[in-house]
Amino acid sequence: MRFSTITSPHSARPNSVSRTMLLVILALLPGAAAMIWYFGWGVLINMILASVTAVACEALAVRLRNRPVLPVIGDFSAVLTALLLAVALPPLLPWWLTVIGVAFAILMVKQIYGGLGYNPFNPAMAAYVLLLVSYPVQMTSWLPPEMLNEHPLTLLQSASVIFTGALPAGLSWDALTMATPLDAMFTQLDQSRMLSEILAQPLWGDFGGRGWEWVGNWYLLGGLFLLYKRVISWHIPVSMLGSLLVIAMLFHFLDQEAYPFGMFHIFTGGTLLGAFFIATDPVSACTTRKGQLVYGACIGLLVFIIRTWGGYPDAVAFAVLLMNMAAPTIDYYTQPRAFGHQGAGRD
Amino acid sequence: MSETSYGRLIRDGLWSNNQALVALLGLCPLLAVTNTAINGLGLGIATTAVLVLSNATVSLIRNLVRPEVRLPVFVIVIASFVTAVELSMNAWFHDLYKVLGIFIPLIVTNCAIIGRAEAFASKNHLLPAIVDGLSMGLGFTGALVALGAMRELLGMGTLFSQADLMFGATAADWSFSLGANFQGMLLAILPPGAFLGMGLMIALKNIIDGRQRKAQPAKVEAAPAGLESGAA
Repeated sequence: MRFSTITSPHSARPNSVSRTMLLVILALLPGAAAMIWYFGWGVLINMILASVTAVACEALAVRLRNRPVLPVIGDFSAVLTALLLAVALPPLLPWWLTVIGVAFAILMVKQIYGGLGYNPFNPAMAAYVLLLVSYPVQMTSWLPPEMLNEHPLTLLQSASVIFTGALPAGLSWDALTMATPLDAMFTQLDQSRMLSEILAQPLWGDFGGRGWEWVGNWYLLGGLFLLYKRVISWHIPVSMLGSLLVIAMLFHFLDQEAYPFGMFHIFTGGTLLGAFFIATDPVSACTTRKGQLVYGACIGLLVFIIRTWGGYPDAVAFAVLLMNMAAPTIDYYTQPRAFGHQGAGRD
Repeated sequence: MSETSYGRLIRDGLWSNNQALVALLGLCPLLAVTNTAINGLGLGIATTAVLVLSNATVSLIRNLVRPEVRLPVFVIVIASFVTAVELSMNAWFHDLYKVLGIFIPLIVTNCAIIGRAEAFASKNHLLPAIVDGLSMGLGFTGALVALGAMRELLGMGTLFSQADLMFGATAADWSFSLGANFQGMLLAILPPGAFLGMGLMIALKNIIDGRQRKAQPAKVEAAPAGLESGAA
């Protein structure tokens, strides 16, 4: 908050859409760079491929709708959607899956509803769910993080795997890929192994999977930057992480060997990315402050429920999409009281 | 409706008042069984048969039934024909019957059928009622087959697989395949794929209609099409 002493008329710097989107992209970069560091060049290739596809699809859709193309491309929202999807995709995903996902996000989830500001669902997460439900094998073939990776691929090798599907000589998919920590944890818990037994494996760092927790840290840093810049408000991240932490800790104390501790849920999978970059999407999230608290808390709760008892490897995308559906209803019931009125504001 | 134009009836049923794409009736079977083209065709033909028979019967008894009890009577008529169709399919198309399962008896609840009985057959003579039932049924079947083909092609990379369920052993090699390497989009054969495909089909129909309207702007429609189908 600035307290300037100049007299009226005051004019603040316009908070344009493209500036907001650029700030979010900037905040995403540390986490994305960390992902490239830990998971190799494939992440970078995915990001570039996704961005190019997104801009092309956006331009196509806007042209079909007879709108001016350049202002829409210039707001960077398509690029942001593409980047958010790209960091959620496995690093060596075949190129055509990335293209299908991004095209679905831009054409079917965003532009069909009328473009930026009209989409009821978060495009990146809808595309992620489309790919995860349609191509479960490819979507769960993750690389191990850099320190556990015995066969790091060069840039050219990664590109060759992504674009032609040809693995480097002597390597198989099984040798190359590994389950994500979240997947490994819940698969083994399903096999009734004890938490302490699972955590003895080299896959784990301090809180979550090795490598993964650091990616999460960088996303957290980017999120704090967004909070500092007032691009997002604290309500959704805090309530989402808080409710996830509380319910996870509660179950952990009930049975310490069957439910992972609270910080595990925060630092594994897409929780931090989701809390700061995806659940806070101003289009598909709740808009009232009270509503945002409810929205975030329900996402946290759903993440825990779907991770613990669901069949899919991560839950953030499903939780966000489910709450996207509920967002208008939550907004309806949490309208703030208009100043000077008594009661709930709705008569 | 004393003077009935059969061409108009047929066009209404197949396109401009298509029960699936315009009236959006009978969506439950439409969305549930259309994961292959053959399933869609099977259910579509069964629905068409029931629709023709029920329309004919309702038209015949339209002056005998008091208006107060017409709906229960229509339902009983439809239920009898559905039972007959179900038993015949069980006898002669047993494999297809097993695939379609509960959705054959559920034709009773297909609102398209009671909708046509109430809105058209109960007010018209026998022959128009039969033509209406046939064209509405074929329009519904067309939508089912198109949606089924789209989902089957996207989801499994095949077309008309299991045609032998319906046409006997000679049809076993009718199926068309995009090759064993095709990696289908699983979502297309799951329920969300049905909703997405349905939405795309309706959009496509609206695009075609819009183009046609633009092509002949001078011609003004005499009466709004599909006015008689307000019920159900």
